Amino acid sequence: MKPRHKRLAIAAGALLVIGAAAALILNAFQSNLVFFYSPSQIATKEAPVGRTFRLGGLVVAGSLQRNGIAADFQVTDLAKTVPVHFEGILPDLFKEGKGVVAQGKLQDGVFMAREVLAKHDENYMPPEAALALKNAAAANAKTAATLVTGK
Amino acid sequence: MTLLPEIGHFSLWLALGVALVLSTLPMLGAAYGRTDWMALARPAAASLFALVLLAFGCLVASFLRDDFSVLYIASNSNSALPFQYKIAGVWGGHEGSLLLWVQMLCVWMVAVALFSRHLPQALLARILAVMGMISVGFLLFMLLTSNPFDRLFPTPPDGNDLNPLLQDPGMVSHPPMLYMGYVGFSVAFAFAIAALIGGTLDATWARWTRPWTTVAWMFLTIGIALGSAWAYYELGWGGWWFWDPVENASLMPWLVGTALIHSLAVTEKRGSFKSWTVLLAILAFSFSLLGTFLVRSGVLSSVHAFATDPRRGLFILVFLTVVIGASFALYAWRAPTVGLGARFALISRETTLLANNVLFLVAAGAVMLGTLYPLLLDALGLGKISVGPPYFDSVFMPLMAPTLFLMGVGPLARWKQAQVPDLARRLQWAAGCTVIAALLTGWLAGEIHVVATCGLLMAFWVFGSVGTDFWERVRPQGKGLAEVWRRFRQIPVALLGMMLAHVGVGVFCIGVVMVKTYEVERDVKMRVGESTTVRGYTFTFQGTRDLEGPNYSATRGTVAVARDTHAVTVLYPEKRIYRVQQNPMTNASINAGLTRDLYVSMGEPVDNDAWIIRVYVKPFVDWIWGGCLIMALGGLLAVLDRRYRRNKEVKA
Repeated sequence: MKPRHKRLAIAAGALLVIGAAAALILNAFQSNLVFFYSPSQIATKEAPVGRTFRLGGLVVAGSLQRNGIAADFQVTDLAKTVPVHFEGILPDLFKEGKGVVAQGKLQDGVFMAREVLAKHDENYMPPEAALALKNAAAANAKTAATLVTGK
Repeated sequence: MTLLPEIGHFSLWLALGVALVLSTLPMLGAAYGRTDWMALARPAAASLFALVLLAFGCLVASFLRDDFSVLYIASNSNSALPFQYKIAGVWGGHEGSLLLWVQMLCVWMVAVALFSRHLPQALLARILAVMGMISVGFLLFMLLTSNPFDRLFPTPPDGNDLNPLLQDPGMVSHPPMLYMGYVGFSVAFAFAIAALIGGTLDATWARWTRPWTTVAWMFLTIGIALGSAWAYYELGWGGWWFWDPVENASLMPWLVGTALIHSLAVTEKRGSFKSWTVLLAILAFSFSLLGTFLVRSGVLSSVHAFATDPRRGLFILVFLTVVIGASFALYAWRAPTVGLGARFALISRETTLLANNVLFLVAAGAVMLGTLYPLLLDALGLGKISVGPPYFDSVFMPLMAPTLFLMGVGPLARWKQAQVPDLARRLQWAAGCTVIAALLTGWLAGEIHVVATCGLLMAFWVFGSVGTDFWERVRPQGKGLAEVWRRFRQIPVALLGMMLAHVGVGVFCIGVVMVKTYEVERDVKMRVGESTTVRGYTFTFQGTRDLEGPNYSATRGTVAVARDTHAVTVLYPEKRIYRVQQNPMTNASINAGLTRDLYVSMGEPVDNDAWIIRVYVKPFVDWIWGGCLIMALGGLLAVLDRRYRRNKEVKA
């Protein structure tokens, strides 16, 4: 093999590897992007059914019910509310009336959470939850307040 | 009230002054051949180190004195905080960890000044000047946006306490180790920039750069392993890697750094890949800076993100752009003068190392895509998305499989030109043993799983190949054991280091595969006296009691573990409330073992006197960190090689 051919072969091989890797990466990337939806978007059927996505908002006060290791609660963006079902241990900072982010799929109107995300500071509002609240700010503030504080 | 914080603050300003001198005069001296200006480099580096050390000492002393008139201490410490966590508190927050960053940079700088006396004066002057420039950037950042010595008035009676998650022995050592690694790549970077400016890039340059890069890589490896182990036992979720952006921020420089140490090997031995190596050196440090940006600018929301001040993010972003932009411009301008190295054949060790480099860079790129893309979309207001572990998992598996395969072939392939039939013949025993061992392991573990078997094949392939390499080097030619010993002594230490590091990768790989495939996780509701059986281990919940710690109150559960009626251990998971911040914390209890970890953590109380308990059996999980330690140890051996020292003696 001439040196020039050799260099060409190496370059072609490297390109092939990189091309295959890029295809692999982009494919994995496409199929594993997790989008974020608010309860209002779920109410208007914008959220996909059968695909994993993230839901953010506030946990409605008084809505948490434990049944064995299953937990059922409601998440609100102060305009609309979504029931959430989760099996397992809730993170330490999960509290009624506080922000929460859950990842899972929508099934018959119930959000089946695979994961409820832990955040590390009690005063910290997950950006997703904050966004959901902001977007739903048009809703009636009064009903919202009742919903969250439970008064 | 003492003046310690003022002294610290003042010495940081002095340090900035010295850093400015260090980054300009020696560089100009090297350009114009002024020996007196170049001679300034080493004393300037030493005084910069001393000044930053003084500032660091002042902060440590103020922490120990509970000086809550300092804002940073008031927000990160408390009078009831145990001694070791007051020390850890120094780097537990944003400002302090920046000071630690600069401190580490100065440690590397002074080390270069001390151990590189044999370097040509102009080269050393340029290297130290480049490191001086980096320290100017970080000192300015600290002084302008995040001064750790800012006073707080009126002085609060007590501090806000350190984040409970950080009150852990692992967290005391994780940041210094990680930063030593991160910042250590600045040495390779400075060597590369100095060589580009001076146009003196040859095999000697690679030999000088190599030990520094390996040491930095070693620290980074340990730092990442410590962080991963901390996440495993402290976060209470039992995972060891979450593909969290902060973890990715440390993994990217590691991947590029790994490519760099391999590429440096080719440059030193064969003189090839020169401009490629320089590019990698620049890239590795750029990724370190990118990691610092990600973690320190507040764009990420996690335990590491303290900053909410947009000026900080902007400052680091500008600094990042300047450093990376300038070094790439310099590279584009000067690299063509570096020249090509020796030729090599299509099948040769050079090619396998080139493939290694490509694979590691692609892996780093994949991590970068998954980490930055969501941030980018968010910054542009295009919506919020996240990229989860499934993406990284599905990318890494196919990328690492060929990497590990080549890791087995590469060290046995000859430089310049290798023959496939020869390689196949030498590796046939390794290949045979690999298949048998992988199947046997799967069978012993209970089921033969396709993906797991692939992973195990790769791990055993690495062992087999290292074993073959070792055997070929010590095989006696009919002269008995003494001959084996003599031939063993002849193996260069650096080569043993490489073998050990590769074995570490195999050990790591076994840990990952076994945990991923055979771990059992179960969340169960248990009343006192109830039990659950997982993989033959019976966990019995024996109730809870209350407990008072130095700065927390805890509920401690008792879980007895038995196997076939033999008691194995008793585990004490805790639920803690730290008094100052009133945050609940889960403390898992772990019984570690060579072949499995038993892991129990408490969820929450339900109904009356029942708890939700999380029970894990994690086979071979400790091999993950053990593998990392072996890799790091391999790095250490490689650095201890005689040829680096001998070179110094000759030149001195």
